[in-house]
Amino acid sequence: MLFLRPGLSGMLYRGAKVNKEKKILLSGNEAIAEGSIQAGCRFYAGYPITPQNELTAYMARRMPEAGGVFIQAESEIAAINMVLGAAASGIRAMTSSSSPGISLKQEGISYLAGAELPAVIVNMMRGGPGLGNIMSSQSDYFQATKGGGHGDYHCLVLAPSRVQESFDAMFSAFSLAEKYRVPSIILGDGMLGQVMEPFSVRDPAAFAGEKTVKVPKPWALTGCAGRGPNVVKSFYLRDGDLEDFNLRLQKKYAVILKKEARYEGTMLKDADLVLVAYGTMARICSAVVRRLRKEGKKAGLIRPVTLWPFPVQAFLPKASPARTFLVVEMSYGQMLEDVKLALNGRAQVSFIGRAGGGFPLEEVIAAEARKL
Amino acid sequence: MAKPVIDAEKCKGCGLCINFCHKGLLKKTGKLNALGAVYVEFDEDKNTCGGCCFCALVCPECCIEVQK
Amino acid sequence: MKKIFSRPESLRDAATHYCPGCGHGIAHRLVAEVIDLLGVREKVIAVAPVGCAVVAYDYWDFDCCEAAHGRALAVATGIKRCRPDRVVFTYQGDGDLAAIGTNETIHAANRGENLTVVFVNNAIYGMTGGQMAPTTLIGQVTSTTPGGRQAELQGYPLKISEMLAMLPGVKYVERRGLFCPQEIIKAKAALHLAFDNQIRGGGFSLVELLSPCPTYWGMSPAAAMDWIRDTMVKEFPLGRIK
Repeated sequence: MLFLRPGLSGMLYRGAKVNKEKKILLSGNEAIAEGSIQAGCRFYAGYPITPQNELTAYMARRMPEAGGVFIQAESEIAAINMVLGAAASGIRAMTSSSSPGISLKQEGISYLAGAELPAVIVNMMRGGPGLGNIMSSQSDYFQATKGGGHGDYHCLVLAPSRVQESFDAMFSAFSLAEKYRVPSIILGDGMLGQVMEPFSVRDPAAFAGEKTVKVPKPWALTGCAGRGPNVVKSFYLRDGDLEDFNLRLQKKYAVILKKEARYEGTMLKDADLVLVAYGTMARICSAVVRRLRKEGKKAGLIRPVTLWPFPVQAFLPKASPARTFLVVEMSYGQMLEDVKLALNGRAQVSFIGRAGGGFPLEEVIAAEARKL
Repeated sequence: MAKPVIDAEKCKGCGLCINFCHKGLLKKTGKLNALGAVYVEFDEDKNTCGGCCFCALVCPECCIEVQK
Repeated sequence: MKKIFSRPESLRDAATHYCPGCGHGIAHRLVAEVIDLLGVREKVIAVAPVGCAVVAYDYWDFDCCEAAHGRALAVATGIKRCRPDRVVFTYQGDGDLAAIGTNETIHAANRGENLTVVFVNNAIYGMTGGQMAPTTLIGQVTSTTPGGRQAELQGYPLKISEMLAMLPGVKYVERRGLFCPQEIIKAKAALHLAFDNQIRGGGFSLVELLSPCPTYWGMSPAAAMDWIRDTMVKEFPLGRIK
């Protein structure tokens, strides 16, 4: 008897030959999974939660084909700790979930940061707080960029806004995580996860110019043959040791802040009003910018691609001379604070935001923009 | 005959070896080691130790070596 | 004179932080002896979660991964699945394995992960100062059962090993004690079998060790050993469970 599986796209593309030139049609969730595998991820542990279930299902099919390990864990907490073990053994490892599940993983993410382990965590954000709903949202920005777990740590946070970019982002997520030995977070949303767009598997490193570099891992737990034992830990009991470790982390974060902040700027040079939005919201805002330009209003767009490190350079006068900024989010103003910090009072900042699953529509944003 | 060799600096004076040596060949010295513990010593002149290793088996600090 | 008993190679010659008479020191040595016996020191990866033994890597001379409290078996699953040819074991206390980590324990066992679990049951939380553990006996006084554990309020000592034994994925479960030389020898034999199972690809193996905690039982080391023999063993019978 033929079982009609949910996610017909999966059935059509079972084992589709991934041809370099040809485009393939997948949802954002599935493109992230495929991108991870092509970026060398060989361990995935996940737990069911809408709206990212297609990612887990895709991994269940594709990861074994790629010779990797797929585990549906008993909880999001178990999943992030399985990823910790896999990462500690030197394998590229990843988990994915959505907002409530990501909250459960926060302790594990803090441990990844504390043990300097590279790993990727995908959050396809949904409406919150609490059980919330399964619609899209950007209400986990603080959690992702300010550190949702305990201790002074940061994760690299990448925010793709299209399916092509979601596929490409995985290469950066893994190589940057390994380059700096930090956890990296892909911050998507339910819409990005569900939307299907054709994308190509061209030069995977095209995403923000990141080379897929293989970093040696002498620290990995592989059995101490030919070397002294390795220990992966974040426990520093002796007086002063933890502070020394924290100073080392801070030095690392300072380098990341200087070198890895990325954004996409649109028509900023002559813009007198700049919209600021990331992920799905940035797509809607780019439509608003085009509309305003047609009406003769000089608008531009800053789309942060890394949310941590936040691209402050985009807000310098030489990059964005404008003196009026309009931040648009699917939340009640979280990235808004980083924009204000970056501008530090040199420009007027307005905000439009909706959460709980709703999002600001193009006409609403345009109407607000015309007043500024 | 056999004899246990106790690393006096690592002994915490828990007394388990004394407790399980059925020939009573081990005793507390009354002297403190760097850990501040009253460490245990093998009673040399009573050398009837048969090398059963009970003392070493129960030592939580693994600071007893037995020679035969 | 020849050495007939000495420190195993896999055990570092370091003073431990454990209290005088603590069972962890004995259990650490037994694990190291078995790893030497099997000649796998260079292939071993230990997982030590939060608990008195979280710094076991200071005493063992092989690779070791720290795990958050209760998550050792998830971490070990990740390691073993990625490095199936390595010998991966967890060394967990009763709080870690049977309280906060019960979910990870049951599911790793139910998946039949090819892992070895060294389960040190001292019926109390040592690292945090003597609180009730899932295996605390009825009537046993702890800092959180000042009047002694009462079944009506705190339930019964958890028989996690017997629970796990009913799972098809579990291949070997044995409970031994560290309260006398004879039992310590049997504990070593059980650990040997548990590690050997893994090496031969046999699946989930667990050895529970009833271990003394003189400090928080409020007893002398020798009295703590007797308490295990006379009292604890009645609640947690020794022997092979599966």
